[in-house]
Amino acid sequence: MNLYIKNGRVIDPAQSIDEVTDILVEDGVVKAIGKDLKIPAKIETIDATGLYVTPGLIDMHVHLRDPGLEYKEDIISGTKAAVAGGFTSVCCMPNTKPIVDNKAIASYIINKAKNHGFCNVFPIGAITQGLHGEYLSEMGELKESGCVAVSDDGKPVKNPELMRRALEYAKGMGIMVIAHSEELDLVGEGVMNEGFVSTDLGLKGIPRVAEDIAIARDVLLAEYTDSPLHIAHVSTKGSVEIIRAAKKRGVKVTCETAPHYFTLTDEAVRGYNTNAKMNPPLREEEDLKAIKAALKDGTIDCIATDHAPHHIDEKDIEFNQAMNGIIGLETSLPLSLELVRSKVLTVNQLVEKMSSNPSKILGFNRGSIATGMIGDLTIIDPDYEWVFDINSVSSKSKNSPWLGNKMKGRAVYTIVNGKIAYKAV
Amino acid sequence: MATFNHKHIIGLQDFSKEDLELLISTAESMREINNRLIKKVPTLRGKTIINLFYEASTRTRTSFEIAAKRLSADAVNITPSISSATKGETLSDTARNLLAMKPDIIVMRHAVSGAHNFLITKVNCAVVNAGDGAHEHPSQGLLDLLTIKDKFGKLDGLKVAIVGDVTHSRVARSDIFALTKMGSHVYLAGPPTMMPPKVENLGNVAVASSMKEAIQDADVVIMLRIQQERQGKTLMPNTREYSRYFGLNPENLKLAKPDAVVMHPGPINRGVEMSSYVADGDQSHVMKQVENGVAVRMAMLYHVSGGGETE
Repeated sequence: MNLYIKNGRVIDPAQSIDEVTDILVEDGVVKAIGKDLKIPAKIETIDATGLYVTPGLIDMHVHLRDPGLEYKEDIISGTKAAVAGGFTSVCCMPNTKPIVDNKAIASYIINKAKNHGFCNVFPIGAITQGLHGEYLSEMGELKESGCVAVSDDGKPVKNPELMRRALEYAKGMGIMVIAHSEELDLVGEGVMNEGFVSTDLGLKGIPRVAEDIAIARDVLLAEYTDSPLHIAHVSTKGSVEIIRAAKKRGVKVTCETAPHYFTLTDEAVRGYNTNAKMNPPLREEEDLKAIKAALKDGTIDCIATDHAPHHIDEKDIEFNQAMNGIIGLETSLPLSLELVRSKVLTVNQLVEKMSSNPSKILGFNRGSIATGMIGDLTIIDPDYEWVFDINSVSSKSKNSPWLGNKMKGRAVYTIVNGKIAYKAV
Repeated sequence: MATFNHKHIIGLQDFSKEDLELLISTAESMREINNRLIKKVPTLRGKTIINLFYEASTRTRTSFEIAAKRLSADAVNITPSISSATKGETLSDTARNLLAMKPDIIVMRHAVSGAHNFLITKVNCAVVNAGDGAHEHPSQGLLDLLTIKDKFGKLDGLKVAIVGDVTHSRVARSDIFALTKMGSHVYLAGPPTMMPPKVENLGNVAVASSMKEAIQDADVVIMLRIQQERQGKTLMPNTREYSRYFGLNPENLKLAKPDAVVMHPGPINRGVEMSSYVADGDQSHVMKQVENGVAVRMAMLYHVSGGGETE
C-alpha cells in the first residue's frame, strides 16, 4: 500500500524539520518528503491540512498483560488502544505470566504482535530471573530474541550489589536497564502519597523520599559503573533534582514520566478513587510543577504511559485492596498536548519526548521521517475535541480517571509500517 | 427545628456545625430513655439493622446493638473474620447479599479507610460508620462532644489536648473534625513518628512540641490508645519509654486545669498511655463516654432512619 500525505505540518525534531510539506510512503518506507513530489496517479491520499505529521509515537512503557493475564488486556486489544492513541510502537514490560525472562516468552510476544497486533511491539525482558531479585536473567539471549531493554518494572531490584552487576552485565550485552526505583522499606504498607490528603483520608502514605532515595542509589550505581540507565515513571521533585544534577555530571541517565504525573495530584484520590491509585502514587502540586519544569529543560527525556490495565474486579473494591495503575495509551496524547497549549513545551519538544527520544534511547531506527526510514507516522489534529467515553475505550480494561472527560487533540491517522492502522472517524 | 439531610453517616467531616448540634441534642433527649425503668421506645419498630463488624469490637458493637434495641429495631450482628473475608467473599458481594434481605441500616466497622465510601456505591440502605481504618469513627467523635458538653455546657473556646498516635487514629480524626467545627482549640501531642504530615491544616489544630505544652491549662485531655498491631515496629522504642513521655499520670495531669476532664476511647492500655490512678480517678470521664455512646448511637440510628417521633 502506498500513501500520499499532503499539506501537513511535518514535525521531525531529529532532522530539525518543521514545515508544511508532503510525504510519499511506498512499500512501508518513507519514499520522499517535499513539495512537488512525483505522485503515482492512483494513490491513497490524506489531506493533512492543519494537522501535524510526526514520526510515529513510541511508548516505551506499557503493560500488555499477555501472556497470562489476558483478562486485563492482550496484545491485540493493547495494540488497538495504542494505535487509537497515536502510537506506532510500544515496549511492553516483562511482568506477565510467565515472566519475560526467557526466549520463548519474548518470541511468543513478538510473533503474536507480528501476526495479530495493530502496531510494533518490542518486549522488555526481566533484569532478574522471575523478577525475584536474586539472579540475573539471560540478558544476552533476551537481547538476541528481540528484547529492547531489561527491567524488573513493578518492583525495584532491592539488592544494590545485584543492581550494580545488572548495570555492568547489561552494558556488556548492549542492552538498556530500565529502573523501577523504589525503596520498599520506606513504602511499607502505604497506598497513596504521604501528605495532607493521606492525613485527611486516613490512608497510609508513601513518602516521596522512598522514590528519591532509590533513584539516587541507581544513579550513583550507573555513575560508578559508567553504564547507561533509564529511570521509569519519575514522579517527585526530589527525583528530578537528582537526575538533573547527574546529567550535569555526565552520568548516562535518561528518564521518563507519565501523563498522570503532570496532570493530576493526590487530590484526585479524594473519595477513595481507585482510578487515582498508582505506583508511584500521584504526588503534590510542587512535584507536578517540578515535573513540568523538568520536561521543559530536558531533564525528563520521554513521556511514557505506564499503561496498566486492570479488571474492574481489581479496581471496584476497597481502596487498600485495589491494584495500582491506570490505562494510558488512549489519553496520553491529548494530555500531553495540554503541555503545548499551556506553553510548557513546544510541539517539537513534545514530539521529541513521545518519539525521537525514546527511539534514540532504545536505539531504534525510528522516531524520524527521513527518506528510507520505516513508514511509522502519526497524524495529529491538535484541536480535535472528543469525549473519552467508556464505550469507546479500545483497551480491555477501563481503569482511567479520565473516563467521561472531554479531551482535546488526538491522532486522526496512525500509520504503522506504511499502512493505516487507525483512522479516527 | 433543624433537619438532618444526610442519608448516611460516614464521617463527621461531612457535617456542618448545625448537623453536629442536632445529633448532640437528639442524643441528649435519647439519654432520658436510657434512664427509664422500661428502656424501650417503639420509634424504629419494624426496622432491620445489620451490625457488620469486620474488626473485633466489644464496646462499639454492643453499644450499637443496645441502641438499636432500645429503639425497638431488630438488630443482627455479623462478624466475618478478617481472614475469611480476604480469601472469600468481597465486601461488595457481602453487601449485596445483605441488601437482598432488605435491611434499613447497615452499621459497619472495617479495617480499611474509605470502606464505607465504597459500600454506599453498592447499597441503597442507610450506612453508618462504626469505624473505618484510620479514617473516621463518627459515633466516638459525637460521644466525645456530648461528654465534654455535659461537663462544660459548651464546646466553644475549650482547649482540648489529644495525645498519642494521631496517624493511625480514626478517633483523632473524628474528634478533630468535630471539635474544631464546634469552636474548640485542639492541641495534638505525640512522638513525631505518630503525627501525620500537615495535620495542622485540618483546621484549628496545633501540634504541640511536647505533651506538657499540649495539656498545659487544657480543659479536656483525650488519650489515644497505642495500637501496636496497627503501627508497625518502628514508631517508638518500647511502651516503657512511650509512657514516660506521652503517658498521662497524676503528676502531669496537674498541668491541666483543675477541673479538666480525662477521656479515652478504650480499651485502655493501663500503664502505657494512662496510669490506673488517672483512669480510675475523679477526673476520668471514660465511663461517662461509654454511657453517652448508647445515646449518641440511638440518635444516629434515629436520624438515618428518617427521624420522626421519639415518643
